[in-house]
Amino acid sequence: MGGQSMRVLVIEDDKETAQFLQKSLKENGHTADLAGDGESGLSLAEEGAYDVLIVDRMLPRLDGLSVIKTLRTKGNRTPVLILSALGEVDDRVKGLRAGGDDYLTKPYAYSELLARVEALGRRAVPEEQQTRYVVGDLVLDRLSHRVMRGGEQILLQPREYRLLEYLMQHAGQVVTRTMLLEHVWDYHFDPQTNVIDVHISRLRSKIDKSFDKPLLHTVRGAGYTVRDGPV
Amino acid sequence: MTALFERLAKFFSTSAFRLAVMAVALFLVLAAMLAGVLFWQTNKVLTEQVLTVLRAESDVLKAEAASGRGALVAAIAARSRPEGPALYFLADSTGAKLAGNLNRVPPELAGSSDGGVFRYKPDGGAGAAERLAVAIPVETGDGLRLLIGRDIEDQRQFADTVRNVSLTGFGALSILGLLGGLAISRMILNRMDVINQTSQSIIAGNLSRRIPIDGSGGELDDLARNLNDMLDRIEGLMVSLREVSDNIAHDLKTPLTRLRNSAEAALRDARGEDAYREGLERTIEKADDLIKTFNSLLLIARLEAAPLEESLEQFDLSRMVEDVSELYIPAAEESGFALAVDVGQGPLVRANRQLIGQVVANLIDNAIKYSQGQGCGSSISVSAGPGPGTDGGAFISVADRGPGISENDRQRVLKRFVRLEESRTKPGTGLGLSLVAAVARLHGGELKIEDNQPGLRVTVVLPERIVMRSGAARAAPIAMAGAE
Repeated sequence: MGGQSMRVLVIEDDKETAQFLQKSLKENGHTADLAGDGESGLSLAEEGAYDVLIVDRMLPRLDGLSVIKTLRTKGNRTPVLILSALGEVDDRVKGLRAGGDDYLTKPYAYSELLARVEALGRRAVPEEQQTRYVVGDLVLDRLSHRVMRGGEQILLQPREYRLLEYLMQHAGQVVTRTMLLEHVWDYHFDPQTNVIDVHISRLRSKIDKSFDKPLLHTVRGAGYTVRDGPV
Repeated sequence: MTALFERLAKFFSTSAFRLAVMAVALFLVLAAMLAGVLFWQTNKVLTEQVLTVLRAESDVLKAEAASGRGALVAAIAARSRPEGPALYFLADSTGAKLAGNLNRVPPELAGSSDGGVFRYKPDGGAGAAERLAVAIPVETGDGLRLLIGRDIEDQRQFADTVRNVSLTGFGALSILGLLGGLAISRMILNRMDVINQTSQSIIAGNLSRRIPIDGSGGELDDLARNLNDMLDRIEGLMVSLREVSDNIAHDLKTPLTRLRNSAEAALRDARGEDAYREGLERTIEKADDLIKTFNSLLLIARLEAAPLEESLEQFDLSRMVEDVSELYIPAAEESGFALAVDVGQGPLVRANRQLIGQVVANLIDNAIKYSQGQGCGSSISVSAGPGPGTDGGAFISVADRGPGISENDRQRVLKRFVRLEESRTKPGTGLGLSLVAAVARLHGGELKIEDNQPGLRVTVVLPERIVMRSGAARAAPIAMAGAE
């Protein structure tokens, strides 16, 4: 999984959680530093050049949202993933308003956290302006809204197009179902059943069915990825 | 005795009593000033009057003196009566008395040339009491010395009476003021005692106690009413909190036990690594279900406890319902349902988009889950728009052709964790509809469960106040799926 290696700062007061994250991120090829409270987290974040910050909301000495606000007022734009036990209704809005880039409610699956951290780390590289996404022989042209594979045009519904666009924007990375629901549909609620899977299988039947090499892969227990090559 | 003393001390220390005493004291000072000024002024006017009379008489006597010593002596002798307010003393240059009803120059006026106040004993009565008088000298020339005066003992006695009456009055007023202060403070203190006793009883855990309202309609009644309303609200929140924790304790036990069993079974499985992996995956799956249930519970509790502010957005309700339906169309088709979406234009509402989205998702998910495999019923219709009546507001409705819910059970299914017998085998937390109801309530709306003949129709009715701009119903239903 993954892509390039990232430097991550985990600001989390629960030692066990922090060490679990450090160990797991290391296994996925990233390096992670730990800070146990808001103040030391803030000074570490200001000194070190990190690709992503993981900030717990409730921290001793200085709470997570204040850490983020302070960083943002000082011009530090490092992407921040907020972790919170408060995940309801208004909390998410408050978190993102404070300057967070993504919000994950505890308890979470590690695969979900990893996918989001990697997506955030990528964001630091300015590729949003890219007008064409290419994976293998699949091409998505963002200007003409056309999708071609092997020189043949593929007709997609508007929603299928946006699904593919998001997947190809994060080509090579794992994208979870929740991330798709959030970014393609803009919903943060629990859809109860796996509604996303059916959308994916319809998209897959259009882009992969009549070709030898599949590009849209399912990553078991985590989500989906678009890549040219083995998962 | 000490009890009485303590009670008195308590009265004296009440703010009502202090206020009453302060008011009385201020009143007394003002009254004393007023009485003093009046008394002083009256005295002055009366004295002036006496002096004016004396000066006029002095002019008359001067005229008599001009016509000779004999005439003056005769005039004085004629005016001098032993009893009466007019006093005279005429002496020659040696100081021997020539005429008059005073026997000598009063010692108080001996050295004075302006006259003044003095005391004297009237003639004839050796035992008579001294009386107060005022006198002025009259310039007669001729070496004579003449004093004319007036008795002012009556005036002095009148002044004394006024002073005594005033002092008695002030005394009575002070006592009455003090008693009034005590009475008022006692009244307030009694009400306060009741409020304090009730508060202490509530602090001690007796949450159902309320402060009695005596119907006098005063501020204390208002205070009592407000405190009672506050207590009602707090008690309501406590009850719903307790319900949630009871539910958590009760209903999370089962899935927790299952989780534990699954882990234990995997551990005992002798097939080795693959079995362990399988068991762990199963355990994580069960843990995820548990988390889902837990989150739904917390969400419902939070929705019931606190209003939303931060997360309200404006959006087109019909567009949004269409959008969520679209999310479900492939999944519905996979399960053999045609999802018909019939929405109008708008209305534009101000609400929590995520929660309303969750409502639509839960309703569609329920419809798919509970009418699956029912043979006849393979269509689900979703509608939204202004209405349902003409009174403003908006509605979202999801109807299926499944088994429906019998009339008796319709209220029951809104309760947390209630799953009707027939549905126990299906997956789910049993919180879907209660969450829908909570979201509806939070937005000031309500949830209606009706017979779709056959099937179930669940309608969320949202009130007019969340509607920013009303919309229009679409003329003909448009099937969005199932037609391919």
